[in-house]
Amino acid sequence: MAVRERLSGNEAVAYAIKQINPDVMPAFPITPSTEIPQYVANYIANGEMDTEFIPVESEHSSMSAAVGASAAGARALTATSSCGMALMWEELYVAASNRLPLVLALVNRALSGPININADHSDSMGARDSGWIQIYAESNQEAYDNFLQAYPIAEHKDVMLPVMICQDGFITSHGVENILLEEDEKVRAFVGEREPKHFLLNPQETLAVGPYAVSSYYMETKRGQRQAMINARRVILEVAERFREMTGREYGFFEAYRMEDAEYAVVLIGSAAGTCKAAVEQIRNTTGKKVGLVKIRVFRPFPEEEIARALAHVKAVAILDRSEMFSATGGPLGAEVRAALYQAKGKAEAVNYLYGLGGRDITVEDFCQVYEKLERIAAEHRITDMYEYIGLRSR
Amino acid sequence: MEAAYNFKEMMNKPERLAPGHRMCAGCGGAVAVRGVLRALHEGDRAVVGNATGCLEVSTFMYPYTAYEDSYIHNAFENAGATLSGVETAYRVLKKKGKIKENYKFITFGGDGGTYDIGFQSLSGAMERGHDMVYVCYDNGAYMNTGTQRSSATPQFADTTTTPAGKVSNGKVQTRKDLTAIMAEHHIPYAAQTTFTNNFKDLHIKAEKAIYTPGAAFLNIFAPCPRGWGYEASELMEICRTAVDSCYWPLYEVVDGKWVLTYEPKKKLPIEDFLRSQRRFRHLFAPGNEGLIAEFQREVDRRWEELQVRCSQ
Repeated sequence: MAVRERLSGNEAVAYAIKQINPDVMPAFPITPSTEIPQYVANYIANGEMDTEFIPVESEHSSMSAAVGASAAGARALTATSSCGMALMWEELYVAASNRLPLVLALVNRALSGPININADHSDSMGARDSGWIQIYAESNQEAYDNFLQAYPIAEHKDVMLPVMICQDGFITSHGVENILLEEDEKVRAFVGEREPKHFLLNPQETLAVGPYAVSSYYMETKRGQRQAMINARRVILEVAERFREMTGREYGFFEAYRMEDAEYAVVLIGSAAGTCKAAVEQIRNTTGKKVGLVKIRVFRPFPEEEIARALAHVKAVAILDRSEMFSATGGPLGAEVRAALYQAKGKAEAVNYLYGLGGRDITVEDFCQVYEKLERIAAEHRITDMYEYIGLRSR
Repeated sequence: MEAAYNFKEMMNKPERLAPGHRMCAGCGGAVAVRGVLRALHEGDRAVVGNATGCLEVSTFMYPYTAYEDSYIHNAFENAGATLSGVETAYRVLKKKGKIKENYKFITFGGDGGTYDIGFQSLSGAMERGHDMVYVCYDNGAYMNTGTQRSSATPQFADTTTTPAGKVSNGKVQTRKDLTAIMAEHHIPYAAQTTFTNNFKDLHIKAEKAIYTPGAAFLNIFAPCPRGWGYEASELMEICRTAVDSCYWPLYEVVDGKWVLTYEPKKKLPIEDFLRSQRRFRHLFAPGNEGLIAEFQREVDRRWEELQVRCSQ
């Protein structure tokens, strides 16, 4: 029987780590992810975990040590946010290209500057080209559930890619909500043990990791990574199905909320989904207008066809990005969703708004206005504010 | 501990760095690696780490590795952190009974990846006390990228970023004393060595570094024929003059006790060391005697300080 508890997102992820009981966790503190290594250190200090915690001297070293530990054959993970992620940027690429099944608890926080400790997606979006699988959560429950699925996805022989499990800083990481926790034995059975095929500490077979490769060899390694990402689509759903069998909770690439008959849709990632769902209910109840939400869970690999299919019948869609990519045309989610619509010859009008940067709040009223705009855009087939910032202070 | 050093026996040990790699003829780095790996006891396995640099790109070119042991290269500045992770994984997996064999952990970095960009990572690894050895093959500049100055480059050396020219005498600053800095991390073993005396000093120190439990640091003077400007065959002679002029003193710090492991019977003038290298040629131009004198004063100052430390 699952246990009912009240935990913050950080507590929930730390609890998942405790249940998984990995081998090695190097970590360096940075708000708002700091609590995760702290909770883990506490579990270890009280004999509740066998994990070796390495208090490294920077985030670059967190990921470097994690790469070493994973290449050696151990199960390794770390946690970080924002600039900590930015500092380990080169290592993210090394981890993925070395095909190491690492896990990263990423608590989303805005990148400097100015320095800001609140939630936005600039950190994980900045790493979207690194070759990591990226899975996002709306709530503490999703963060916990996603974390339990991370190693089974990462260590699958057809994948062998690192996975980052993302949750919004402070909003989810520090917000205490109800949660259902699975029993230890169930988690252990679900996650299993790591059984690496090739690893440094294998007396039967020595291994050399991290070669210098000239142009005649480099490109093929990237094709291999790409294939692994393609395979990850299938594996993510397979693991989700096993998870559903264990817990009854369903996960896919995204959640299609009230989309069956939706004419106007919002697409977004993360905790703002909760606010959007409240707006959807309010609008449907008060006006009967058919509005819906597509909440992306898996951003890498990007479920292009499935998203296009979910939006095929809508008249207008607003893609909301919680990070800039400074293309001067919109945000990263907007770019990829619009590409998906284009590939599928989608008919919907599409706009891309930026919101919540540096933790700026977004309200139910903001979402109601977005849906109103979509209605107008659909009627007039005219977009006057393609790329707008929601909630920006007026001059 | 193995029996007394037998040069012939040592040289006949099977090589753990296979031939066929791309290091230059006359490169001290390759000699350093072979010397350190020779100190591993037979039957002991190692995981060798390596920062990006001459050594890594020349000994691990896909699809070939020159290492008989398992090996990991990660990036330029994280040899310390990377091997910390490997060593920690070993302890955990051994505790869980998943590994039964004995492994030693040895990571190599050039002075670039050790004194400068890798300094933080090295310091962290040593401070945390991982049971590993960090070996620096110090060739006094960023050689792999074409001889740019590092904080290990001697004063007045000509490098591509501190060239000797009409208004420049080469590198302005004196070198950082990394061995002393590592000793001040209060690790159980730190030492400075090179290839003199039939590699005996190197062998004994490498063995001590590898088999002393805890963190150990080994700084090996490793000349570079291309960067310094000497003939490949002159490698050993340059090591001799470096040691006998007290430019590169041989010492060790064992549990905080400083010990001189070699004192030259006759201390050579620093010219004997500088003369053989193209990177110091401008010091011998007429009018530059003062620069050599300044170099000599700094060598003497550090040598006197070291002697005081070792006598306490």
